[in-house]
Amino acid sequence: CVICGNAWRHEVMKWNGWGYSDSRFLFNKKGQAEFTGKRYKLSGMILPALKDWFEGTFGASLQHKSPATPLLNTSAVQAPTLNQDFVEELKSIGVPFSHEAEDRAFRGHGHCLHEIFALREGKIGRVPDMVVWPNCHNDVEKIVALACKHNVCLIPYGGGTSVSSALECPPEETRSIVSLDTSQMNRILWIDEKNLTAHVEAGIIGQDLERLLNESGYCTGHEPDSMEFSSLGGWVSTRASGMKKNIYGNIEDLVVHIKMVTPQGVIEKSCQGPRMSTGPDIHHFILGSEGTLGVVTEVTMKIRPVPEYQKYGSVVFPNFEQGVACLREVAKQRCAPASIRLMDNEQFMFGHALKPQVSSIFTSFLDGLKKFYITKFKGFDPSRLCVATLLFEGNREKVLQHEKQVYDIAAKFGGLAAGEDNGQRGYMLTFVIAYLRDLGMDYYVIAESFETSVPWDRVLDVCRNVKARVVRECKDKGVQFSPLSSCRVTQTYDAGACVYFYFAFNYRGLSDPVHVYEQVEHAAREEILANGGSLSHHHGVGKLRKEWMRETVSEVGVGMLQSVKDYVDPKNIFGNRNLL
Amino acid sequence: MASEAVCSHRDPMLKKRDDFEDILEERRNSSDLRYALKCYTPVLYKQLTPCTASDLKNMVLCSTQVHFVIAQVSKETGAAPEEVQAEASSILEEMAHRLQLGPIRFFAFVLCKVFKTLFRSVCVNEEGIQRLQQSIHEHPVVLLPSHRSYMDFLLMSYILYTYDLALPVIAAGMDFMGMKILGEMLRMSGAFFIRRSFGGDKLYWAVFSEYVRTMLKTGFAPVEFFLEGTRSRTSKSLTPKLGLLNIVMEPFLKGEVFDVALVPVSISYERILEESLYARELLGVPKPKESTSGLFKARKVLSENYGSIHVYFGQPVSVRSLAEGRVQRGQFNLIPRHIPRRPSEDVQGFVNDSAYQLLRAQEENMVLKPWVLLSSLLLQNHHQNQNQNQRRGGGMMMEELSEGAVWLRELCRQYGAFLHWPDHVPPAEVVSSSLDLHRGLVTISDGRVHLNLGHGAQKGAGLTAEEELLSQAVIILSCASYRNQALHVFVRPALLATALQAAGSAHKQDVFNTFNFLRNMFANEFILCPGAAVQDFEEACFLLMKTGVVLMEQEEVLVTENGHRTITFLTSILDPFLQGYQVVCRFLCEASTESLTEAQFVPAVRTFIVRLLLSGRLRYSEVLSSDLQKNALAALQRLGAVHKLKREAEPATLKVNTVMVNSLEDTLGGKLPTVKPVASRL
Repeated sequence: CVICGNAWRHEVMKWNGWGYSDSRFLFNKKGQAEFTGKRYKLSGMILPALKDWFEGTFGASLQHKSPATPLLNTSAVQAPTLNQDFVEELKSIGVPFSHEAEDRAFRGHGHCLHEIFALREGKIGRVPDMVVWPNCHNDVEKIVALACKHNVCLIPYGGGTSVSSALECPPEETRSIVSLDTSQMNRILWIDEKNLTAHVEAGIIGQDLERLLNESGYCTGHEPDSMEFSSLGGWVSTRASGMKKNIYGNIEDLVVHIKMVTPQGVIEKSCQGPRMSTGPDIHHFILGSEGTLGVVTEVTMKIRPVPEYQKYGSVVFPNFEQGVACLREVAKQRCAPASIRLMDNEQFMFGHALKPQVSSIFTSFLDGLKKFYITKFKGFDPSRLCVATLLFEGNREKVLQHEKQVYDIAAKFGGLAAGEDNGQRGYMLTFVIAYLRDLGMDYYVIAESFETSVPWDRVLDVCRNVKARVVRECKDKGVQFSPLSSCRVTQTYDAGACVYFYFAFNYRGLSDPVHVYEQVEHAAREEILANGGSLSHHHGVGKLRKEWMRETVSEVGVGMLQSVKDYVDPKNIFGNRNLL
Repeated sequence: MASEAVCSHRDPMLKKRDDFEDILEERRNSSDLRYALKCYTPVLYKQLTPCTASDLKNMVLCSTQVHFVIAQVSKETGAAPEEVQAEASSILEEMAHRLQLGPIRFFAFVLCKVFKTLFRSVCVNEEGIQRLQQSIHEHPVVLLPSHRSYMDFLLMSYILYTYDLALPVIAAGMDFMGMKILGEMLRMSGAFFIRRSFGGDKLYWAVFSEYVRTMLKTGFAPVEFFLEGTRSRTSKSLTPKLGLLNIVMEPFLKGEVFDVALVPVSISYERILEESLYARELLGVPKPKESTSGLFKARKVLSENYGSIHVYFGQPVSVRSLAEGRVQRGQFNLIPRHIPRRPSEDVQGFVNDSAYQLLRAQEENMVLKPWVLLSSLLLQNHHQNQNQNQRRGGGMMMEELSEGAVWLRELCRQYGAFLHWPDHVPPAEVVSSSLDLHRGLVTISDGRVHLNLGHGAQKGAGLTAEEELLSQAVIILSCASYRNQALHVFVRPALLATALQAAGSAHKQDVFNTFNFLRNMFANEFILCPGAAVQDFEEACFLLMKTGVVLMEQEEVLVTENGHRTITFLTSILDPFLQGYQVVCRFLCEASTESLTEAQFVPAVRTFIVRLLLSGRLRYSEVLSSDLQKNALAALQRLGAVHKLKREAEPATLKVNTVMVNSLEDTLGGKLPTVKPVASRL
């Protein structure tokens, strides 16, 4: 390869786990957990309580290790099926490409448990036969035209953070599969301060976009939990949602203009009017199309001035029911802060286990006092209480006013303000929790998360039933130790909420843990749907949840989507087989 | 808590059942007062929302469900919402229980004394109690006892108290409220009262169903009700009433709880307190209105021995497992759940099937005493030798009866009956001690066992023939009620045996057709799971083959040489019903000219039957049972042979399709071949 400029991302990132190679959890020689590297607030810190929580919750033991294969065995990667005519013409237009095993294997998966589990065991399934790196919109047009001409299958690749099996190569695909990596299309092309919009290439990664905009005093405010690694194009094609959507909106609210290259040509609108009544919004064919119609190349996004003031906060509730009632009231009064999240008791305990070693006796004394106040004085049952984390943004005065309003509502539901620290730690955990799964997998514990959206009146029912279903299924499927089954409400809307579930279990004694995990996850999704939850709030459908599309959007709905696909891409060039 | 638990096993012999403990034994050896005052700390539902009986009422009145209906009713009737609200509140007042520990302790004390006088033992399967305790901790629980006696729900609460389990709230008929003091006492021990009929009263339904659901969802207490709706006067299980079952399943179907555990409980009485009361009632002597003073008059029962009671707590059945693959729970996603809706067809079908499965689970764990076998034999003997009775001195020789009982015992066991026959005692002793307990029904003289039919002149003097017939029928019906306890064991093989005789061909498909016809005809009479004709047929074939009664040879079902005794026994079991239904058919054909109202049906058919019996054209006086007559009518209505015509302000009349009823009668009598059923082939 002859690319220079941006560092190859896969050189700083793990090939068989989450995130940066230098950042990982491990149990040191003293048996204490620590987080390596320098990138995060938690980096370099000791987490004294994690070991006990880990062993206690999962029945795991530091003596029982299940380490990953350290290096990618390139001989395990199938030899590429190349379409020589395509390769020749690609060379002639000067777009860089590679058919190295590492490059291909890196782009053949997302971050579903089964994908990572297989990689850790050194198993590589069908991966793309080559990778191309277009540098701009025009390059993409040329590549797509060539792919059509030579009947090559294209799979767009952005940040690789999919959790819906969307990046898996269909095993039945016999054509040469080309991974179209958008990472080189990462520039902000212009910023329009009059209209507060920015025109950005779709390959840009979330954290780079925010950093670059910040330099000009702006932000998009779109902060999905994966923003360190996920790309703008990926957000558009999965209908992503950001943590601060209450202020900035979800991706569909943020985009003003989208340019996408399809086998039929380029689709885009002729102007940047803020709203149009011109038949069904063509953006909505693109948003959530999951790479089945074309490649998103450029996006015009709304931007906002960087907020002058940010403040974290947290509230402790006596139980989850009260917490949900409070969130519902906040949504009713339409006064949700930039972010408001409610963790259940299991996650609250988990959060505690991740407290770093306290530096002074004073802090530990204070912690003790707080605990005494809440459990003894206020009579909260430690096995039932739960915590909401808050993030306020805006000008200082308004933030403080807003904060008071929210805490007043919380008080009506028995909530007690629990400080900024707890709030901030809650949000930090969002970014490190994915790293924790890799730690679990070193010790026979596998974990996954999944999400849904659900009307307000069903939030508690969904939470209770799905958690219980996970426990029940694990037991029925022969899991020896009781699983961790936990949830949190992560977004509020006028008519409902987004709920996120985590489950993890110790798989010692199971002959096929991934199969068991897949059965449990399947059952959990059935339970969600039976209780009136949606198939997905923001992860998308991919191939993992395809089987439920028909019942989700109706026969006619599937037919509509299919007819769009048939017109736009009759030869199935964008053949990742997601969604339909 | 698997749903398989309610399905019958392939081989009934392999059924595993728990052992019993006698809970009276300890009571006979230690202080009842201390027992009544013991420390009572039951295991509770793990997600219990702690609340008092009056909190419950508030929750119900403030619920969106009740509010919605109040608004609806107020809109429809024009009454002010406050008025409707007040009405809702008074409905709840009338209905609600006031469960308190004090009265329970009082009952516990009194019942100890009563039980010890009346019963030899009260036996409970303790493993069942442990399973129940586990269920109460895990899920909201619904207790579904069989209903044979007033005793049932007092007994249930007594047992739960004894084992330190959460006391149930019990759905009771309003008729109890007539007993002033007792009614209130029952209320305080957990009974809540529902009107027997409230047809279209939306508000009543809303308050009532929300009340039950709230108790269930909060885990306040196990909810107890009788699937059969009322006490079975015949000791046969009654076909299920679905209203309450619908209500308790709804919280699961709508996702409001993770699961609900249904626990069938089988209560078997060796001797039923209401024995002759029931017989009289079935014969048309109206049942006395419940009143406290009436109950005290019943005190003379206290001086008699009623043998033992067996209470078997069955496997808890998970509604979730039952519904798996049967009900699309997503059907509630698009309409707010508090808006009352008629259950969809699949839910109705599901609840109905579940009810039958639960009843069968109840039946399977009913304990049969030797007397059940003896009464079957004595009745059959009586009917076979009715005409020669006088000549031969009537009754059965003791040895003959013992031999028959031992033979029947083996048959029962082969069929998987839960028989309590003390094997270590010589059969003759078992027989005579059983007979002794039922002295009111049988006497032994000169080594012969007679039913107490009062032959001869002693009692019969001055009685008309009809009066004598009725007084004999009381004895016959009482005996029949004990025989009926074993019906669930024999009904499927008996239907097959009858079909073999009636089919006129040994071809399997023909036999099945006749079997299916009979099964359909008797669907109101016996507990036959809807849609399980093929299963039932195969079960019956399996049992008859296993016991060497029939052979399967190339699509033919053949009775073996040794099988005749069993076949005769089985067909005789069913014969009274077969004849009874024919008689009802004949009556309807003859009466069809007049406009017969529904209310006139039972008295009229009774007169008709008395005539047949007196003229000797009908052998079975148990056909006089109004239960049988009503079941037959219901079956004919279900089959479309009789229609109920409703005119405003006039009592409903019965419109009889004479041709159809006639042909049903002939088919039952074996004069016509069964019509091939369209849908069900083997």
